[in-house]
Amino acid sequence: MADIIATNETILVVGGGISGMTAAIEAAECGKQVILIEKGPSVGGRVSQLYKYFPKLCHPTCGLEINLRRLKGNKNVRLLTMTEVSEVSGEAGNYSVTLKTTPRYVNENCTACGACSEVVDAEFDDAYNYGLGKRKGAYLPNKMAYPQRYVLDPQIIGTPDATKAKEACKYDAIDLEMQEESNTITVGAIIWATGWQPYDANKIQPYGYDRIANVITSVEFERLMDPHGPTGGKLLRPSDGKEAKDIAFIQCAGSRDRNYLKHCSRICCMASLKQTTYVRERYADEGKATVYYIDIRAIDRIDDFYQKVKADENVTFIKSKVARIDEDKASGNPILHGVNTEGYHRYANQHDLVVLAVGMEPSVAQDEFPVKVTINEEGFIEQDEANGAIFAAGCSADALDVNRAVQNATASALRAIQVVNRAAGMEG
Amino acid sequence: MSTMNQAKVEKYRNDFLKEVTANVEEGEWVKMCMQCGVCAGSCPFGPYWEHPPQEIFMMIRAGKREEVLTSTSMWMCTSCYNCIARCPRELPITHIMHGLAHYADRLGLAPKNQPTRKFANLFWNNLTKKGRANELKLGIALYFMNGFIEGIKTALKMQKMGLNMFKTKRLSPMELLGGHGIKDTGGLHAILKKAREIELANAEKFNG
Ligand SMILES: Cc1cc2nc3c(=O)[nH]c(=O)nc-3n(C[C@H](O)[C@H](O)[C@H](O)COP(=O)(O)OP(=O)(O)OC[C@H]3O[C@@H](n4cnc5c(N)ncnc54)[C@H](O)[C@@H]3O)c2cc1C
Ligand code: SF4
Ligand code: SF4
Ligand code: SF4
Ligand code: SF4
Repeated sequence: MADIIATNETILVVGGGISGMTAAIEAAECGKQVILIEKGPSVGGRVSQLYKYFPKLCHPTCGLEINLRRLKGNKNVRLLTMTEVSEVSGEAGNYSVTLKTTPRYVNENCTACGACSEVVDAEFDDAYNYGLGKRKGAYLPNKMAYPQRYVLDPQIIGTPDATKAKEACKYDAIDLEMQEESNTITVGAIIWATGWQPYDANKIQPYGYDRIANVITSVEFERLMDPHGPTGGKLLRPSDGKEAKDIAFIQCAGSRDRNYLKHCSRICCMASLKQTTYVRERYADEGKATVYYIDIRAIDRIDDFYQKVKADENVTFIKSKVARIDEDKASGNPILHGVNTEGYHRYANQHDLVVLAVGMEPSVAQDEFPVKVTINEEGFIEQDEANGAIFAAGCSADALDVNRAVQNATASALRAIQVVNRAAGMEG
Repeated sequence: MSTMNQAKVEKYRNDFLKEVTANVEEGEWVKMCMQCGVCAGSCPFGPYWEHPPQEIFMMIRAGKREEVLTSTSMWMCTSCYNCIARCPRELPITHIMHGLAHYADRLGLAPKNQPTRKFANLFWNNLTKKGRANELKLGIALYFMNGFIEGIKTALKMQKMGLNMFKTKRLSPMELLGGHGIKDTGGLHAILKKAREIELANAEKFNG
């Protein structure tokens, strides 16, 4: 990787989710040199883990594919996967950045034929499926993965599995000697697009995510719907593998709560409304969804979507933040306890499956930033003069849906372009 | 209607939320409630009482003065703190419940025969007289709280425990004659008087 060419006219984009990809492509299409780094083995971020997008309910593969085509076709972007920033120094227009790249153990020769994966025995929790399934120790991150290149899990290195994988590869693509690399480059501006992560549901003690098998999170629910996902697209519940047809959604699970995340995560109301349509898609009239909410925050044009879901007679809305959940031992059904604000009626409702609409928090913790930027109370990066030429994009700036994340990323690309133009002496 | 009650009604007219904000301990928090229902759903008393905290807070905002202040609900709170621990807005719910009970008591609106109220008053009078709780007098008063016959029955039932307490010097019969107290009861009474003055002045000052 010694061939990375970068100058103070180069823009570094950190994070290859939809926001980072957008920022990188926009800047590159304006003729700027861009280095896009991604911590994981492929780009796409959390969007690649969704079954469908609201509000139009199309598959994310479509949106990602367009971006991938633009990315592949543009010579101005250099993509480095499995790479993170370890150090930043300097100032706007002239930063020195140290990048750390962990070994993939698979080089550019890989044709994604899959032979290595077949011979490897070891299996690990599949992070792409939020741990709902297993994947081999040699794997393709996901069907859509770009680059389409396999990865060896570092945990099989030094075991017989690694040798077996190497022997199975007919393209000389496996290199067990790969080492961690460190490179220091010069760039003019940095776009920080490291995105979000689901709030840890284990911390919401009264909801029993850690104790009750049939309490899952909204991000896991997306994976259950995926035909290539851990259940082949069936809504099977964890306790007994039965089809879940009566599904409860709990809003603000970890958000708007001074015990957890103070902020409203903004997208989870829409995400649950969208997910009620999944239940109907799978079971038609047999599918039932119940949404427990404080208030539904579906804003502006998205309100139409809410009205449509509200009109569905198989979807029930209960105005109540669920107080606690326990389990019916015989059936494995979660029982939701609370008081309905409309009439103050106490309820104890059983459902087949409970989906927690977990909040969004920044993926990089406040004290883990390799560079000093202004961070707000919620952990998101604030726009601030003091940040120099470091600009946040997408969910590292706020809890945003894809539409707004992309707008935000484009704005950041423009800001970064202005800085490198100045560095090049072409004011504007 | 007590004169204090009359005065408050006139002062705040229909704005019961304002009245609570000004006069009830931690009352300024009531407006922060977002009606999520977690306190009501978490309260162990939930199924047994008239109005859980969530509902009380909404009733305050809806101006249901009479219904709130005469309710038995706030008197049932056991201070288990479940609600405080879980309220997403960190309302000091337990304290508000006690504050409301106290305010209703001062106005003379609290339900007359609510046992917690009776006990609270007995305890307060017992404690403030000498600065220390007089267990013997308090115990006896408690026995007779529900009438003379009930009191005799309870006293007989508790006889053995009482005797054991005498034996282990946990209860002195001398307490009946005056009883032990702190050195400066006059000072204590002055402090309590001052505290009440401050409380009233604060309520007077408030104009939110
Ligand atoms: C349950 C659920 C359903 C949703 N459904 C929809 C929907 O239907 N429609 C919609 O518009 N939005 C939806 N969203 C929101 C959507 O997921 C986000 O808007 C989107 O993921 C934002 O993209 P991003 O690029 O900002 O962040 P991310 O998708 O999080 O991407 C960040 C990227 O940065 C990488 N990264 C992280 N840290 C580092 C690091 N230190 N160094 C290098 N790289 C790093 C990550 O690996 C990742 O690839 C949903 C969200 C949830 C929770
Ligand atoms: S590493 Fe080799 S065996 Fe594995 S998928 Fe790539 S080309 Fe095939
Ligand atoms: S978007 Fe909806 S579910 Fe998410 S935190 Fe806000 S109100 Fe709660
Ligand atoms: S838990 Fe807090 S915010 Fe929710 S209803 Fe009770 S007092 Fe209001
Ligand atoms: S502190 Fe009082 S109001 Fe709160 S949960 Fe316990 S009993 Fe109920």
